[in-house]
Amino acid sequence: MMECVLAVAFLSIVPSFQLSGQDTSAIDRGVRIGIIYRPGVRPGLVMLPRTGMGLDSVRLIVARDLDYSDRFEVITLPGGDSIRLATSSTAPRGTSTRRPGTATAATGGAQSGTLNYPLYQALGADFALDITALGDTTVATLHDIAATGIRRTLRVKLPRPGDADFRQAVHRLADQALQAAIGTPGIAATRVLFVREGKVYQIDQDGADQKLVSSTNRQAMSPAWGSDGRQFAYMEFQAGKGWLYLQDMATGKRTAVSTTGSALDFTPAFSPDAQTLAFSRATEEGTDLYTINIKNNCCLRRLTVGRFSDNLSPTFSPDGQRIAFISTRPGLPQMYVMAADGTDQQLFAPFDYGVTGSSNAPEWSPDGQSVAFHRDVAGTLQVFVLDVRTRTVRQLTSVGRNEDPTWAPDSRHLAFVSDRSGYRQLWIIDLDTGRIRPLLQQSGARLPAWSPRLSEAPSTNP
Amino acid sequence: MKSVSLLLMLGLSVATVATSCGGNPAPQNTTPAVDTAAENARIRDSINAANAEAERQAAAERERIENQRRADSLAALARAGDEVRSSLAAMIHFDLDKSNIRGDDMGALDQKVAILQANPDLRIRIGGHCDERGSDEYNLALGNRRAQAAKQYLVSHGIDASRIETQSWGEERPAVDGHDESAWSQNRRDEFEVISGGDNLRRP
Repeated sequence: MMECVLAVAFLSIVPSFQLSGQDTSAIDRGVRIGIIYRPGVRPGLVMLPRTGMGLDSVRLIVARDLDYSDRFEVITLPGGDSIRLATSSTAPRGTSTRRPGTATAATGGAQSGTLNYPLYQALGADFALDITALGDTTVATLHDIAATGIRRTLRVKLPRPGDADFRQAVHRLADQALQAAIGTPGIAATRVLFVREGKVYQIDQDGADQKLVSSTNRQAMSPAWGSDGRQFAYMEFQAGKGWLYLQDMATGKRTAVSTTGSALDFTPAFSPDAQTLAFSRATEEGTDLYTINIKNNCCLRRLTVGRFSDNLSPTFSPDGQRIAFISTRPGLPQMYVMAADGTDQQLFAPFDYGVTGSSNAPEWSPDGQSVAFHRDVAGTLQVFVLDVRTRTVRQLTSVGRNEDPTWAPDSRHLAFVSDRSGYRQLWIIDLDTGRIRPLLQQSGARLPAWSPRLSEAPSTNP
Repeated sequence: MKSVSLLLMLGLSVATVATSCGGNPAPQNTTPAVDTAAENARIRDSINAANAEAERQAAAERERIENQRRADSLAALARAGDEVRSSLAAMIHFDLDKSNIRGDDMGALDQKVAILQANPDLRIRIGGHCDERGSDEYNLALGNRRAQAAKQYLVSHGIDASRIETQSWGEERPAVDGHDESAWSQNRRDEFEVISGGDNLRRP
């Protein structure tokens, strides 16, 4: 999937490569660290500027989504309408920078697919996305510059701006455009749950629409998404115990997991089929891993028996066959793996006894190839990724304290907590390009959980 | 005792004053025909009355002192209870990422053992806490270990396990705000609180 060369390297900044004559400010906002990559593998994409046709917010959201996908070099045309590249019958005279021999037939505007393809090609664009309105339908036309033709035309009826589902609908449109361009599903229509001041919040992956989802004032921790994105689990302190709850995203209805409340239950994790919840339970004997069938509310099963060690923080492989977890059996917490029934427990992430620091908070990537976690390096936490096949680890971060990584559904972006800006907040890193951007500019956010791809809201809309 | 005699003397002087006061109305009596025997009887009565009054006041004073003494001894008892309570609540602390009882905390735990033995109805809860440096979720397991470590110490010294509950709060309830070792070392701790039977704590 990746043509980029990934390596553990701490060249603190790899400059973003320059596209000739382009404004790359949108690309430069993130800092690239830790990864060497070969430039030139990402296709260039240009959003066609349109004025006076509405849909500005739609274009803005889509452009940002495509930028945040890190799949394209998003080409920003300089100076707003000082350059008018889309040939249009209404293009004002004098403000265009037409070049001799590049003009194409102007009849019908962009919908006819007539575009100044050679000029876009000269700008380094492989794709051009044009978003227009046709009555109450939003039309997104993806041009394939090299093929000098339309790759796909998407027609959607968007909710009005300000409607509850407007942004998610636009995000889904961005994902469709991305899929049309490169054949891979996007991550625009996703959200991140996190904990702040003891409450669970959700936020869109582009940092918009932060919303409280906790329904009580009791202190919550460790939100975890169900694989269908329609429910989440979390832990709540109550009367000195740790209770596990399941909460429906759409209705907010919450249900206590049966058998919980007798001890300190924490770090819930759904199995991929959402039938089973794995979790940690702290008792007099220490902390051990259990599973419970949440579909039938039965069948509590103990997976580890660590009389003198703690076992916690389970995470399922995407095929549901294995569970990675943290165990203190070597003294300090390190990452182990076992079959989902608790058998065949073995060390997962290699470590040097007495040298390697504590490892915690594992999360298996949706593609199954990696497990992200954090590890104590010289007294502070850093984000690492374990390659499941080779069982080698690489360190992704080195600036400040970085912890609790969570995978985007594309298995190449991670959200995590970092104090690199001076206080603990949420950041997103793209493993392929090394680009890092803040997700939430508010201090105190922690324990993020990135959703799977979210389909249309199942039950909010009647 | 000293105060008692002092107060008795005070009572007597009051009586003396009362006597002289009691004598005051006499010159006011301007009746010229004076019956000496009656006058003597009246003086005697007056002295008796004064003596009775002094006696009454002394008795009141004795009662007041007795009440005071009783209150003092109750306060002393309460003070003892406070002492017991505060040594019961004394926190113990842990090294970074450790849950073993430190040598310098064993004395504090031994005191708790003695208090629990002297107060058989007493039940307590131990809460384990961590500093903010470790992983948020791992700290729940570590806090549990720390609470269990103290419980095991008490149980191994003869306290019935059913009298001790444990909790872990991870790093969620710091005792001290701050981001340096001074704050961290105070936050890596066990807290002890009374669940029941703590109203009239006896000194061990």
